[in-house]
Amino acid sequence: MKVLVAVKRVVDYNVKVRVKADNSGVDLANVKMSMNPFCEIAVEEAVRLKEKGVVTEIVVVSVGPSTAQEQLRTALALGADRAVLVESAEELTSLAVAKLLKAVVDKEQPQLVILGKQAIDSDNNQTGQMLAALTGYGQGTFASKVEVSGDSVAVTREIDGGAQTVSLKLPAIVTTDLRLNEPRYASLPNIMKAKKKPLEVLTPDALGVSTASTNKTVKVQAPAARSAGIKVKSVAELVEKLKNEAKVL
Amino acid sequence: MTILVIAEHDNKVLAPATLNTVAAAAKIGGDIHVLVAGQGAGAVAEAAAKVAGVSKVLLADNAAYAHQLPENVAPLVAELGAGYSHILAAATSNGKNILPRVAAQLDVDQISEIVSVESADTFKRPIYAGNAIATVQSTAGVKVITVRATGFDPVAAEGGSAAVEAVAAAHDAGTSSFVGEELAKSDRPELTAAKIVVSGGRGMQNGDNFKHLYALADKLGAAVGASRAAVDAGFVPNDMQVGQTGKIVAPQLYIAVGISGAIQHLAGMKDSKVIVAINKDEEAPIFQVADYGLVADLFEAVPELEKLV
Repeated sequence: MKVLVAVKRVVDYNVKVRVKADNSGVDLANVKMSMNPFCEIAVEEAVRLKEKGVVTEIVVVSVGPSTAQEQLRTALALGADRAVLVESAEELTSLAVAKLLKAVVDKEQPQLVILGKQAIDSDNNQTGQMLAALTGYGQGTFASKVEVSGDSVAVTREIDGGAQTVSLKLPAIVTTDLRLNEPRYASLPNIMKAKKKPLEVLTPDALGVSTASTNKTVKVQAPAARSAGIKVKSVAELVEKLKNEAKVL
Repeated sequence: MTILVIAEHDNKVLAPATLNTVAAAAKIGGDIHVLVAGQGAGAVAEAAAKVAGVSKVLLADNAAYAHQLPENVAPLVAELGAGYSHILAAATSNGKNILPRVAAQLDVDQISEIVSVESADTFKRPIYAGNAIATVQSTAGVKVITVRATGFDPVAAEGGSAAVEAVAAAHDAGTSSFVGEELAKSDRPELTAAKIVVSGGRGMQNGDNFKHLYALADKLGAAVGASRAAVDAGFVPNDMQVGQTGKIVAPQLYIAVGISGAIQHLAGMKDSKVIVAINKDEEAPIFQVADYGLVADLFEAVPELEKLV
């Protein structure tokens, strides 16, 4: 079967972002960008399914600027077979991304679509669920285990009180949680080979999708800074301060 | 303006996060209706009817909603919610699972994890693991929003007297089914609602050593949390994880033990009122957000702390 994996180019998770002085957003000029960590897990899961013989082809898709080709090449180096970039310079909402992915799903007809559970920039946690709604497929969100058998997939999900397992009819949408797997690194020969793999570039217009949005970001501010704390010398002093100064004990 | 709040529950008990969500709805202003979708959830509907500020409770009782499968619940919420100005749910694993599906069905953008209400159409929410706060305005006909519980003080669970109305609508998409679940057992307070949280990280060295934290927590009436490092190392189950990808807590007192303080962990606890860090590495980033820092070996400091409190 064919699996479609969506990946996003985001600011590297180790970067401490700064809010722009004019409060229009965060400053991403000259900041290291990477593949969203949850998307790496999605790619890894697809590759493992292929290694098990369950999956025959992995198509990786990204919606974003032309520079997102770097992240698609990374996914190709990790084992994806071909890539699709839906190029858009604007910042899109999750719904717009879900609509564009729906158009790619209609074109590619995958049996399984794997996404990360959330992108670490917008922290929305919406796209997979929205794509499931638009396609009418079942959704296995926050997956920590994925088992395909026949025409269904069993997904173990991380929920607030523990774990839950659901069975979904294929085709289905899965979003990955951190514990699903440990993503591999791309080897140098594979990075070289990935340069020769096919990468198709599409536009929202060509897919006939409107990316109009009902949400507008009015401003972006730095969070209120915590006032500097103090170092105590002993446990006794700590307890005394918590009781008498902070009054939380 | 009428606001629909989706109740968080397990068919038996109304979860406390619902009270925080109703509080957010009250800040928006207008009539507040609560939808209880489940199976045999009459007691939950009764509890929801008593919540202060709620004017009507809709009870959709059907086998298809027993396990809150989004394929079945989302069409119900979208059908009922189309007539409302706002649809709100708690940003729990359940709310996050269902609500974006509702938003897409209504063809509107969703606003996730709001921490404050600026006006009926403008909200604040954290982005980049809490390193920036975005003010977002929505022009959607129906505003679909998840609410971060720690951003709003809960309303009173008693005092209301809303009518309970049965909803007949049944949706069964037939694309998914519930197989089973494994819930972690705990007698301690729930992590996201606890007044005091004691968390351990990689510095705990193994799962057995968490007994020191449990002893301290029991003495304080606290919940026990963990960093991702502690969860990944198998010390504790993952539902104890605090952080960007785990639970978001904002207790009165957060005690971080053997936790370095990575950005992703801070995203889950830096709105705590008082933060205490116990770490033997005085350069650990956790000390930059801690109100009280103690540079010490946790295996000496934690038992001593337990004795003194």
